[in-house]
Amino acid sequence: MNIGITAIKVVIVISVTMLHVAYVVYFERKVIGHMQARLGPMRVGPHGLLQPIADGIKLFFKEDIIPSGADKPIFYIAPVIGVIAVLASLAVIPLWEGFSIADLNIGVLYILALSSVGAYSVILAGWASNSKYSFLGGLRSSAQVISYEIALGLSLVGIMMLSGSANLSDIVRAQSDYPFVLIQPLAFFVFLVSMIAETNRAPFDLPEAESELVAGYFTEYSGMRFGLFFMAEYAAMFIMSAVATVCFLGGWNGPDFWVFSYVPKIAWFLIKVYALIFFYFWIRATLPRYRYDQLMGLGWKLFIPLALVNIGVTGLVKESSNPIVIKL
Amino acid sequence: MLPELFFAYFAVTITGLSILVITRKNPVHSVLWMLVLFIHIAALYVFLNAEFLAAVQIIVYAGAILVLFLFVIMLLNLRKEEIEQKFQKQWPLGMLAGTLFILFFVIILNKFAVFPAPGEYSIQAIQGEGNIMVIGKVLYTEYLLPFEIASLVLLVAIIGAVVLAKKKISE
Amino acid sequence: MPGTYIPLNYLPVLIILIVATLVGLLPLLLGIILRPKRYYPLKLTPYESGNPPVGEPQSKFSVRFYIIAMLFVVFDVEAVFLYPWAVAYDRIGLYGFIEMIIFIFILLIGYIYVWEKKALEWE
Repeated sequence: MNIGITAIKVVIVISVTMLHVAYVVYFERKVIGHMQARLGPMRVGPHGLLQPIADGIKLFFKEDIIPSGADKPIFYIAPVIGVIAVLASLAVIPLWEGFSIADLNIGVLYILALSSVGAYSVILAGWASNSKYSFLGGLRSSAQVISYEIALGLSLVGIMMLSGSANLSDIVRAQSDYPFVLIQPLAFFVFLVSMIAETNRAPFDLPEAESELVAGYFTEYSGMRFGLFFMAEYAAMFIMSAVATVCFLGGWNGPDFWVFSYVPKIAWFLIKVYALIFFYFWIRATLPRYRYDQLMGLGWKLFIPLALVNIGVTGLVKESSNPIVIKL
Repeated sequence: MLPELFFAYFAVTITGLSILVITRKNPVHSVLWMLVLFIHIAALYVFLNAEFLAAVQIIVYAGAILVLFLFVIMLLNLRKEEIEQKFQKQWPLGMLAGTLFILFFVIILNKFAVFPAPGEYSIQAIQGEGNIMVIGKVLYTEYLLPFEIASLVLLVAIIGAVVLAKKKISE
Repeated sequence: MPGTYIPLNYLPVLIILIVATLVGLLPLLLGIILRPKRYYPLKLTPYESGNPPVGEPQSKFSVRFYIIAMLFVVFDVEAVFLYPWAVAYDRIGLYGFIEMIIFIFILLIGYIYVWEKKALEWE
C-alpha cells in the first residue's frame, strides 16, 4: 500500500470533515432559529454564511485560561484526546463502494473502541479543571456515555448477525437489496437514542445542562481548547450519523431506477447522514431535557433489555428461516 | 528486519510505560499513562494478527476497567493521598522479588526460544476468513464450556459489585 | 509468533492517528502566537457563580457512579462475547443460538438481581 496516497486520502477526508463540522454548526443555528421563528445568523456574509469561519478565526485570538489549581498537563491534553478519538473513527467509514481509508475487518469494534477512548477526554477535563461544575459534569457525562455504550454496541449485534461481518463495507454490501432498518427497526430505534446520549446532545445533554452545571465539563475551558471540545462534539455527531447510515440505512446504496441511477453514490450517503444530523437538531428543538435519574434508568432498564430482545428475535427468525443444520 | 524493529519498539515502549505508570505521584497521571500502555498492547496484538483481541483490549481494558479505576481514584480523596509517601518501607523487598522474577524469566526464556510449527490456524487461514469469524467458530463450538463458565464468573461479578457497593450506600 | 508479520492494512490507521493528533495540537500551537496573555489571580479562579470557590471540588461523589462503572465492566464483557457470536452466527446455527440463550439467561439472573436491589435507581 502506498503511504503517500493514503496520507493524501486521510488529509482530504479530515479537512472535508472539518469543513462539514463548521457548517453543521451553521446548519444547526439556522434550523433551530427557524424552528423558533428566528432567522439565525444573518450578519456575516450573505445569510450569515461566513459566520462559522468568523467564529473559528475568533477562537485563535481568545485568551487561554487555565484555572489555578488545575492539573496542567491533563487540562492541556484532555480536549486533544477527544479530537483524536473522534477523527480517527473516520478511518473505517465507507463513503462509497471501495472507498474507506482503512478497510478493517473489525470496523464496528474499531468505532466502539474509539468512542470508549473518547470518554476519557470528558472525564479527565472535568477532573483536571479543579472546579465543582466541571467535576460533576465530567462524572455525569462519563457515567452516561458508558451506560449508553452498551446499548449502542448491543444494537449493532443484530446487524452483524444479518451481514455475517463486522466490516462496515461488507455491512453496506449486505444491504444492496433493502436497508436493514426495515428488518431491524427496534435496533435502529435503540441506536438512534443511544447515539444522541453517547454524543451528549439534547435531550440528553445533562453534562452540559447550563441551568444547573453552567457548561459541565468544559466550564473552565476557553479559546481554542474550548473550540476543540466543540469540534469533537460536532464531528462525533457526524461519525455517529455515518455509522447509523452505514449500518441501518444502506450506506452509499440508493434507489436504482429512473433519474436516481445517475445520482453519485456519495450523494446518497451524505443525504442520509444529513437527514440524521437534521434529526439531531429537530430533537433538540422539540424535546425538553431529561432528568439524570430518568436518563440512567432509560439506558439501563429499557434500552439494554430492548437490544437483547432484538438480538433474540433476530436469532430466532434467522434460525427458523434457515434449514436447521448442526455443524460441530 | 522490519517486523523485529516494530516488536523491539513495542517491547521497549511497553516496559517504559509500565515504569511510568508505577512511578507517578498522581494516580490520575498513572491512569493516563496506563491508557497509552493499553493502546500499545492493542497495537502489539494487531502485529500478532489478533485484531479482535486488539479491539477487545481497548473496549474492555481501556474503555471499561480503566474508567472503573479512575472512578475509584476519584472516590478516594486524592489530595490526601498525594501527600502520603508513595514508596513504602517494603520497597527493597519488592526490588528483590522483582529481580528474582526477571532472572527466572531470563532462564526460562531459553526454553521457549524455539517456536513450534504453526498449527491449523496460520496467518493466511485466519485472514482468509477474518479474525472475528474464526474466533466465533472456535469459541462457540470447541470451547463451549469455558464460554458458559465465563457467564457464571460474570454473574458472580455482578452480584459482588452490588453487595459491596450497597453496603456503602446504606452507611 | 512475534516479529514475523506486519499488518499493512493498519497502516492507514497509524496515519490517521498522526494526522488527527496534528489537527488537535496545531490550532493550540498557532494560538500561542496570536492570543493575548494577561493573567491575574482573580481571572484564574475557578468559576463559582462569581463567588470565591468554597471547599474541595472533588470531594462529593456518589457511590452510584462506582456501581455503574462496575456493572459497565460486566456488561461490556458480555457485549464483547456477542460480537464474534453474531459474526459467526450463520456458521454455528442453532447450536450457537441455544448456547447464547443460556449465556444471556445466566447474566439475566444477575441483571434481575441488580434491578431488585435497586442499584439502578438514582433517587
